Amino acid sequence: MADPGGAVGRPLPRSGARRLAFGRGKYSDDLRFPGLLHLAFVRSPYAHARILGIDPAPALAAVPGARVITGAEIATVCKPWQGTMDHLPTMVSPPQHAVAVDRAVWQGEPVAAAVAASRAKAEDAANEVAVAWEPLPAAAVRDRTLDEDAALVHPELGSNLCFSTALGTGDSEAALDGATHVVEGRFSFARHSGIPLEMRTVIADYDPGEGTLTVHGSHQSPWHQQDTLSRHLGIPEHLVRVVAPDIGGGFGIKLHIYGDEIAVSAVSKILGRPVKYVVDRMEAFVSDVHARDQAVAARLGVDGDGRIRGLSVDALTSLGAYGSLGRPPISEGMMTIMMAAGAYANAHYDARLRVAFQNKPPSGMYRAVGQPIACAVAEQLLDWAAGAAGIDPVELRRRNYWTDDDYPLRTPGGLAINRLSPRRCLDKLVGMMGYESLRAEQADLRKAGIHRGIGVATFLEMTSVGPAYYGPSGAHISTQDGATVRLEPSGAVRCVTSVIELGQGTHAALAQIVADRLGVAANDVGVVGGDTATTPYGGGAWASRGLTIGGEAVWRAAGGLRANILELAGSILQADRADLDLAGGAVCDRATGEPRIALSEIGRIGHFRHDTLPPGIQPELAVTRHYVPDAAPFALANGVQGSSLEVDVETGEIRLLDHWVVEDCGRIVNPLLVEEQIRGGVVQGIGGALFEECRYDEDGQMLNASFADYLVPMAAGLPDIHVGHVETPIEETALGTKGAGEAGTVGAPAAIMLAVNDALRPLGARVTSLPITPESILEAIAAARAG
Amino acid sequence: MDEFADIELTVNGEKIAKRVEARQHLVDFLRIELGLTGSHLGCEHGVCGACTVKVDGSIVRGCLMLAIQADGADVWTIEGVSDSGEIEDLQEAFINRNALQCGYCTPGMLLTAAEMLEAGRKMTRAEIREFLSGNYCRCTGYHAIVDAVETTMESRFGG
Repeated sequence: MADPGGAVGRPLPRSGARRLAFGRGKYSDDLRFPGLLHLAFVRSPYAHARILGIDPAPALAAVPGARVITGAEIATVCKPWQGTMDHLPTMVSPPQHAVAVDRAVWQGEPVAAAVAASRAKAEDAANEVAVAWEPLPAAAVRDRTLDEDAALVHPELGSNLCFSTALGTGDSEAALDGATHVVEGRFSFARHSGIPLEMRTVIADYDPGEGTLTVHGSHQSPWHQQDTLSRHLGIPEHLVRVVAPDIGGGFGIKLHIYGDEIAVSAVSKILGRPVKYVVDRMEAFVSDVHARDQAVAARLGVDGDGRIRGLSVDALTSLGAYGSLGRPPISEGMMTIMMAAGAYANAHYDARLRVAFQNKPPSGMYRAVGQPIACAVAEQLLDWAAGAAGIDPVELRRRNYWTDDDYPLRTPGGLAINRLSPRRCLDKLVGMMGYESLRAEQADLRKAGIHRGIGVATFLEMTSVGPAYYGPSGAHISTQDGATVRLEPSGAVRCVTSVIELGQGTHAALAQIVADRLGVAANDVGVVGGDTATTPYGGGAWASRGLTIGGEAVWRAAGGLRANILELAGSILQADRADLDLAGGAVCDRATGEPRIALSEIGRIGHFRHDTLPPGIQPELAVTRHYVPDAAPFALANGVQGSSLEVDVETGEIRLLDHWVVEDCGRIVNPLLVEEQIRGGVVQGIGGALFEECRYDEDGQMLNASFADYLVPMAAGLPDIHVGHVETPIEETALGTKGAGEAGTVGAPAAIMLAVNDALRPLGARVTSLPITPESILEAIAAARAG
Repeated sequence: MDEFADIELTVNGEKIAKRVEARQHLVDFLRIELGLTGSHLGCEHGVCGACTVKVDGSIVRGCLMLAIQADGADVWTIEGVSDSGEIEDLQEAFINRNALQCGYCTPGMLLTAAEMLEAGRKMTRAEIREFLSGNYCRCTGYHAIVDAVETTMESRFGG
């Protein structure tokens, strides 16, 4: 679609990065508001406890002028919500108050708010609020929450079971019985979170005179916020405005509705003053949504040639105390069972999923939702099957991928797939890795007692999820995005988008799309977004949708403006618009490319010199379009990752040597941005594989809620990450893009786990719990030695 | 809790005299009292490096230093080093290499990288990674940041 030499496809640095690199970013906490009050929360020290009473007196004595507002008072202006889904009648989730009223159900649940003139004074006051507690038994051990004697998170439900389901096709039991080799494993994926470096922040300003609520916040989906604030605080929607300024990372964590954030607006409504709340890091660990936390038992059967005969998966996902409003808490588990081994031909599959509540922070969507689990389980089983059958693991993948003749198809997990390119990705990756020589080097070093491991994992990435999922759920979340593209009088172009920018660079890529549609340079296009009052309605930033959905809306809006410009030019030039084109910042002759009139002239005449136009000409130099991805339920990207590492079998330490990714996200608008999305995603996947875990004791107390104790990847010890591309544009859209934001995180844990187990193979040791720690490696080696 | 002290210091080359709360840390002072919001807070317990500022010639964790401890000090923030142009090449390298995404860690990362550059020599990628390990970045995976620092070293100290 791009003109030769156009902006689409080029690795252009993004203009929005400049002010951030010069310290001129404007994150929520950087904004200034006259008359601002600051809020701090009193949070439950218990995982489960009854609130017997809240006495604000000591706080008011300690901080004169402070206010203490309890959950019960907030509930007078804010209705509770329920994280249920219309299309899943058997899924339960009880009503959740913004701030707990009678009972706290996780350590860290807010129970009261203290408000004062500064954050420090608000914290002083919060520390003095006297809460009388009656501690209750907590359900806090993942694999025991469904036991008959488990404490109940919500006694009124009678069970901790939130949801269960099964899916599959064929007869996996018989197929596994008839398989030549059957491999199996029990896997565990720790609870962790997204840890954006900027913590959640909200400034709510309720104006009692106008009845308006203006909220600035670090949020990925301001429209969902607007809807929730309107409905639950009882403010007409046109009087609610949500603005997302610069956002310091989100990774899914910031797309949810949080009780503490909604409470800030409720407090502003009660007090009639602007109120700010910034989550601090210790609070973030016990209030941001958690993810993963899944146990999976799985079996795979292959025949003597290594061809898959059948697969069986049984998954247990442990949530926190609630699902999130509008965002199915079962997604982590559903994605696991739907996506497992989806790239491979297989006729016999069965999967079971159970999802259970625990007394822990609510669960939500974190980058790659469930897919890293699906990938790690299936790919590890395939590696073991290759070992059992005596076939090279890469060769075993080649034998099992769907072939091009199989498409379109529906996988046993239920995914409708029009086309994938795993074979081409694998071939490219194997070349980049120098796979054969790595294997030879591995064999040589093994003779010297050095344990190198190689992992090659195929992944699928579900992106740009459309209305087929969100519509029937009843969630007030749009899967559509919109854009307005406007020609300014100078000939520059402005694009107003519903796409939320939080560092991915999507806005810069949108400018490239506009540039090519209108024949201007990308840096002549300004892109703004992040304001529900002034931009087209949309969904926000989630499910790697920005370019595939928001980009298509921009493509259409810019196309509409293009047509209008050519029509106006036709009347100015007395030319047939069919003979005109746009290039080089001008309207030009389509046949010769000769410039006829500059866009700056079109802008000047179209905005200021209507007197010179023929009667009846109404210049329309702004066009709004929306796009809903209606042709497919989602855009499925795919790829392969490779890891090379070394395990010190004496200390259990892992040294990451190299990492490779080949991915196919359809047409690439800006390879510089895509590659850094991939690399950043890989490192978050490495975090999940080797470091990140919210550790809890049996009473539901988080044990490592600080950066000193919760490990995240640091620059040292990480490998360089080599990225290659295969481009298979999708046919459903003009742009042909698929998402790329989660690919790295989907495949990296699998590649790492496979490589570790490949290194340990001569010792007969296996690790199947993430994160893999030196301790777990030594335990696995000791267990293998003990037989 | 309401204890105050008078301090005088130089911030980005400008003399400042202020009465501050004894418990206020340096970055809260810079952000709240002086409006220098380029320095960020990512943990307030000295691990993540988002609050990195330069005090008397060395980078420090601005969240682990009280404002009153900066009495008499010479403090530089991202705003000051941006205005002076002293790290413009490094900033351009970050932008061109897309070595920042959300940008929240970037001011601290740049000041740390600038201190590395003050050593006046090229470093290996492993050395650069080691030096940067006190600064968390959740977006980039660090690879592009290492590239940008390496590029700047090459142009300053020869290929």
